[in-house]
Amino acid sequence: MLDVTANSGHRAAPVPASDEPLLVAANLGKSYGRLAACRDVSFELYSGEVLAIVGESGSGKSTLLQILSGQLASTTGSVAYRMRDGVTRDLATMGEAERRFLFRTDWGFVHQDPAMGLRMAVSAGANVGERLMAVGHNHYGKIRDTASSWLERVEISPERIDDAPRTYSGGMRQRLQIARNLVTEPRLVFMDEPTGGLDVSVQARLLDMMRTLVSELGLSAIVVTHDLAVARLLSHRVMVMQGGRVIETGLTDQVLDDPREPYTQLLVSSILPA
Amino acid sequence: MNAPTYNFAYLDEQTKRMIRRAILKAIAIPGYQVPFASREMPMPYGWGTGGVQVTAAILGPIDKLKVIDQGSDDTTNAISIRKFFEKTAGVAVTTSTGDATVIQTRHRIPEATLQAHQVLVYQVPIPEPLRFLEPRETETRRMHALAEYGLMHVKLYEDIARFGHIATSYAYPVKVNARYVMDPSPTPKFDNPKMDNCAALQLFGAGREKRIYAIPPYTSVVSLDFEDHPFEPYKHKACCALCNAEDSYLDEIVTDNKGSRMFVCSDTDYCETRQSQGHRGSENAAPYAESANA
Repeated sequence: MLDVTANSGHRAAPVPASDEPLLVAANLGKSYGRLAACRDVSFELYSGEVLAIVGESGSGKSTLLQILSGQLASTTGSVAYRMRDGVTRDLATMGEAERRFLFRTDWGFVHQDPAMGLRMAVSAGANVGERLMAVGHNHYGKIRDTASSWLERVEISPERIDDAPRTYSGGMRQRLQIARNLVTEPRLVFMDEPTGGLDVSVQARLLDMMRTLVSELGLSAIVVTHDLAVARLLSHRVMVMQGGRVIETGLTDQVLDDPREPYTQLLVSSILPA
Repeated sequence: MNAPTYNFAYLDEQTKRMIRRAILKAIAIPGYQVPFASREMPMPYGWGTGGVQVTAAILGPIDKLKVIDQGSDDTTNAISIRKFFEKTAGVAVTTSTGDATVIQTRHRIPEATLQAHQVLVYQVPIPEPLRFLEPRETETRRMHALAEYGLMHVKLYEDIARFGHIATSYAYPVKVNARYVMDPSPTPKFDNPKMDNCAALQLFGAGREKRIYAIPPYTSVVSLDFEDHPFEPYKHKACCALCNAEDSYLDEIVTDNKGSRMFVCSDTDYCETRQSQGHRGSENAAPYAESANA
């Protein structure tokens, strides 16, 4: 296979398998009484594309992510997803069983707090293998081999396969959570502040690893973050949110280097110079 | 004078109807845990309040009741429950598995094959097989509803990762009628194969947890396992010291402080029946040997 991106410093989206978008959000809104957590959000995500949603806390980023991943029902609008069979379907019309199945096979969800995404009391191997067992894998040896190869890919020593994530450091937990999500080879991964709470060197390593994985696997991802550096490193496109609205959207370098909206300018300029 | 008078089998008729409705629903959906309005019984939780309520609801005047506790007819729990029904229902009681029509059990299935006219009632402490993996009851119910049982294999995986084999030896999870994963109450996994395609009706009552579930006669009950680590019923590598049985589940009995031990059948009725048929084990002296010497 021709791979022009392998050794170049630039990232490029792999050739999409289809011209149809993978995920289409149309006029999404969520209100709690008079409080609108999120208003009128529309976008399309193509396969292989990484979209960052940035904004300060309370801007509706996480609410949006929950709606997109089907965990929260939206008040208005709809989310459509192109399934593996090529048919684009509205998430709201899917049954709960189907949605949950989608959530643990074709999707991944990386929580900010690894304790929410992992089973802290069972071993790392079982954590990674759980999704496989949930879709009917029934061979211990094969499950363990897959788990151990995934641990290696996320830079965790396979010797620690039988240790519980309780005994892991914060960075390792987050990497384990990523391995657990990627083991079923999802096409779309949602990430909610994946580097939150990690120290800077660990963040850098994690981001580097995620960048490699995303380009290797041709993943699509929606990354919610308040950290513009994460957006710059990982994403192809950026959506800036303020007060529940999307105020600016565009290519990452375009938005971050040449912000148009006053709020985005403020956000970009508020990064402390290194 | 005014000794308290009880309704037949202690519970009032309305309560029994309520329990029977739960039982019928449980039979209609094999392995599904049906909630019911569990009553306080004149015994502490953990002593079989669930089983007693199920037994009380199905017992009729012509029934013959047998109660076992870990296979034994003569332990405290078994004797008190047997006496309870003798007193409140006046039914005939027996220790013979073959003669009984209703058998209430705590954590064993009798060795003798059960017949179609018999009902086996289990006392269940914790009916939810997923409890220790997923503590949220709302979540486990949803998992049952959607048949999401990957988590059950996580437990078995953990066993193999830690001990090299599936170390769960009791309360071994089973799949009933290819649909619901069920906790067979803390019976040893030795007994799991007896549940499969059993001629007798099997009812499970959990009093504290307020759940009833059932396995109707001739229903498939499959113990969960991995392809490369298949289910194996565990048994001590010995035969009974009293009746020499090789096919029964054995209890290990420590006989002194020097580490001596003997293995005897956990099912006392099975053991006694075999002894009366002339089977003798290593610890069993010839009958009347002492009186012959005297």
